[in-house]
Amino acid sequence: MKILVCISQVPDTSTKIILKDNDTAINSAGTTWVINPYDEWYALVRALELKETGVASDVHLVTVGKADVEPVIRKALALGGEEAVRIDADSNDPLQTAQYIAEYAKSGGYDLVLVGKESIDYNNGSTGVMIAELLDADFIGFATKVQVDGNTATVTREIEGGEETDTANLPVVIACQKGVAEARIPNMRGIMAARTKPLKVITPSAVLAVTEILSYELPPAKAGIKLVSADDMDALVELLHSEAKVL
Amino acid sequence: MSLSKASFAELSQVRKEGKLTDILTNIPPILPFLDGALPSTFTKHYKTKTGPFCLSRKFLVKPIAIDMNATENASAIKGGEFLIRDTPADSIFIPEEWNEEQLMIAQTCTEFLAQNVAPILDRIDQQEEGLMQHLMEQAGELGLLGISVPEEYGGFGKDFKTSMLVAEKLGAGNSFSVAFSAHTGIGTLPILYYGNDEQKAKYIPKLASGEWKGAYCLTEPGAGSDANSGRSRAKLSEDGKHYIINGQKMWITNAGFADVFTVFAKIDDDENLSAFIVEKGFEGLSLNPEEHKMGIKGSSTRQVFFNDCKVPVENLLSERGNGFKIAVNILNLGRIKLGGATLGAGKQIINFSVNYANEREQFGRPISKYGAIRYKLAEQVIKVYASESAIYRASQNMEEATEHMIAEGMDPIKAKLKGTEQYAIEAAIIKVDASETLDYVVDEGVQIYGGMGYSAEAPMDRAYRDSRINRIFEGTNEINRMLTVDMMLKRAMKGELNLMGPAEKVAKELMSIPDFGASEDETLFSKEKKYISGFKKAVLMVAGAAVQKLMMQLGKEQEVLMNLADMLIQLYVAESLQLRVEKLVAMKGEEASALQLDIMRVFINDAAEKIHKAGKEALNSFAEGDERRMMMMGLRRFTKTEDINTTAARRNIAAKVIEENKYPF
Repeated sequence: MKILVCISQVPDTSTKIILKDNDTAINSAGTTWVINPYDEWYALVRALELKETGVASDVHLVTVGKADVEPVIRKALALGGEEAVRIDADSNDPLQTAQYIAEYAKSGGYDLVLVGKESIDYNNGSTGVMIAELLDADFIGFATKVQVDGNTATVTREIEGGEETDTANLPVVIACQKGVAEARIPNMRGIMAARTKPLKVITPSAVLAVTEILSYELPPAKAGIKLVSADDMDALVELLHSEAKVL
Repeated sequence: MSLSKASFAELSQVRKEGKLTDILTNIPPILPFLDGALPSTFTKHYKTKTGPFCLSRKFLVKPIAIDMNATENASAIKGGEFLIRDTPADSIFIPEEWNEEQLMIAQTCTEFLAQNVAPILDRIDQQEEGLMQHLMEQAGELGLLGISVPEEYGGFGKDFKTSMLVAEKLGAGNSFSVAFSAHTGIGTLPILYYGNDEQKAKYIPKLASGEWKGAYCLTEPGAGSDANSGRSRAKLSEDGKHYIINGQKMWITNAGFADVFTVFAKIDDDENLSAFIVEKGFEGLSLNPEEHKMGIKGSSTRQVFFNDCKVPVENLLSERGNGFKIAVNILNLGRIKLGGATLGAGKQIINFSVNYANEREQFGRPISKYGAIRYKLAEQVIKVYASESAIYRASQNMEEATEHMIAEGMDPIKAKLKGTEQYAIEAAIIKVDASETLDYVVDEGVQIYGGMGYSAEAPMDRAYRDSRINRIFEGTNEINRMLTVDMMLKRAMKGELNLMGPAEKVAKELMSIPDFGASEDETLFSKEKKYISGFKKAVLMVAGAAVQKLMMQLGKEQEVLMNLADMLIQLYVAESLQLRVEKLVAMKGEEASALQLDIMRVFINDAAEKIHKAGKEALNSFAEGDERRMMMMGLRRFTKTEDINTTAARRNIAAKVIEENKYPF
């Protein structure tokens, strides 16, 4: 069984986001980049576990980005996987990204495509399901447990108020979240091996983006906090009504 | 110059006081000053291997006249040469040059601390049974215990700078950092560097993987700084198969869980120590309970007793009598590694400090808005950034010297030891500077936290207590200050370091009319380079005068030695910082390096004052009359800097720390 893991580069959560060009772009100078945690901690590590237990034969990584994303994909290779592909394009349009990845995935004959449930920069949470559609494969999102037996994937997923367990025939695309695996730290052996693992760069077929980012807005500054005594529910309700205006 | 009866008696007295003073009294007055007199011979005292007496003998010293300028474009700068030669900025390594793989390794260390160590610091400090061993094993699984161990012994054979980066990143791990440093440094390196093939094959792979933990037994209740005076003894058994060790060792880091101890003891009545590899299970080894310490409470520290402890003869490390050499060489490495560890701790404390200053509000505003707090944040960053510049400059020097010797055909391990020894002066300087920098940073960290800084619930309490040991172990900062001066002068005495030419030039300059003209070329760094050149002259002048005036007494004038060491430390760190910023500007441009330029200007401004103060104290203690007045004028001239607005510069630096809410570089 061949697994393809989709890796996205995102700003570190502690990085201060600075906007530029009249709030139409993010100033990437000084930004620390990391692997999207959902991709790294859950999708990639679960793929490696499936390889380690003999369920999967190959784990390949794919990312969409220009040359500056290579340190991040190499860090993913330090965790594991035999090879990686960088699709040489710059996109933050989910459909465009999905089309790039689906085109590559088709050519590679993958049985299982693992993605994070969303990337923590744009939080669209839609690339995975679009890849599935383009591959004409099943999709299971919000996975908390992923098992594969023969041609069948058994996936537990979070639903409103509980969880359900689904099965699907391969090929399948699964979007992973907490519970699928435990985060790992790259070890020295992996880091040193990452240097020599193949990192192919491919130029995708031209695909137009269907969305365009008009402008960015930073979240409003944190407002002051009012403490209300736990015994004084009336005061709390009053404040929620008159000040926060949520009731 | 022969040895008089009086000085022979004096020397015997000094010998009783300890080795270091003994070495220092042997410094001949070779540094010419004012009259430029140069003795053609000097007397060297030395001990025979078998006897306790000092002998004297005449050596011919050929004055090597090297022009300071003539050597400028020559070979790479040697250890200690920073005092007399200028280093090109592009030849140094700066932390802005870490490669992708090194950054990944650093990230692994940071993640390891965040996930495995930081959440359980209290449990670690309570010395929960088995916890530290488990952490060491986890670090071993990640490969962090074998970074610089050759691949043939199960390690990763990484270069020295990378191992320094690991020391730095794990240095933020409080007691874990101490256990890690002891294991990978003094616990592993004596066997790796001095063991024979069988010893290395038996012990190193298990130490590199973390299956076995290492400790190092040198210090004894009566033998601390004066390590060679230890009373532990080893005797060959009647059947010649074992050494029987008897003795008591104390302050042994990792003792509680170590499997392998490198133990120093004298065989029979030897003059010098020998070293032995002792396994935990060997008969006759026992441990005292854990010591109760001020800080690093999670680090295991115990006394180790050897009662007729039977050690197989094949576990003698290196040759008989080689122990002191092993101890000294391992300490050279330990000192710079300690610099790395304190650097990592310092950056973490800055992060804590600025987080708190940004959150804590008083009088309606976060305290980071107040100038008094901003000053502290800026100064923490300035000191750490400067210290870091020196640490990695010296690390690179050690690495390059090692590589050079390997390329010339030297055995890699021998080359590593030689390369490190070559920069032992810099290692001692870094040990002092980095540990004192961390103490400053934690002290101000407590202050920024205010009342909470004094509470055991905030991180400053532990950080403050844990920091303090760094000024004590790996040679106290006082011993390291004396060593800095001692090694410098010894190298001059051996003709390895030409202090004479430059000192003569300074003496001449002192007699000449000062140059009040503006410097020819006003470039970005021309002022700072002139200041640093002045600092060098100040050190050469005061050291030269001290050697000439005090002669054989210099070793006893420890206050003067401290002054000279302080001058050397300020000079080395200031120069390293200036070179780093110069290289950075070449890489990234002036605008992108504006804050680093501020850091450099403030640090050099303050270094000038400190060098002036230390020089003044020294001169006032031994010089008199016109000579004193002339040197004082020279000192003022050599440490003169133009006035700058340090408040504005510190505000710029603080603004960046506050904005990023962390150490910003």
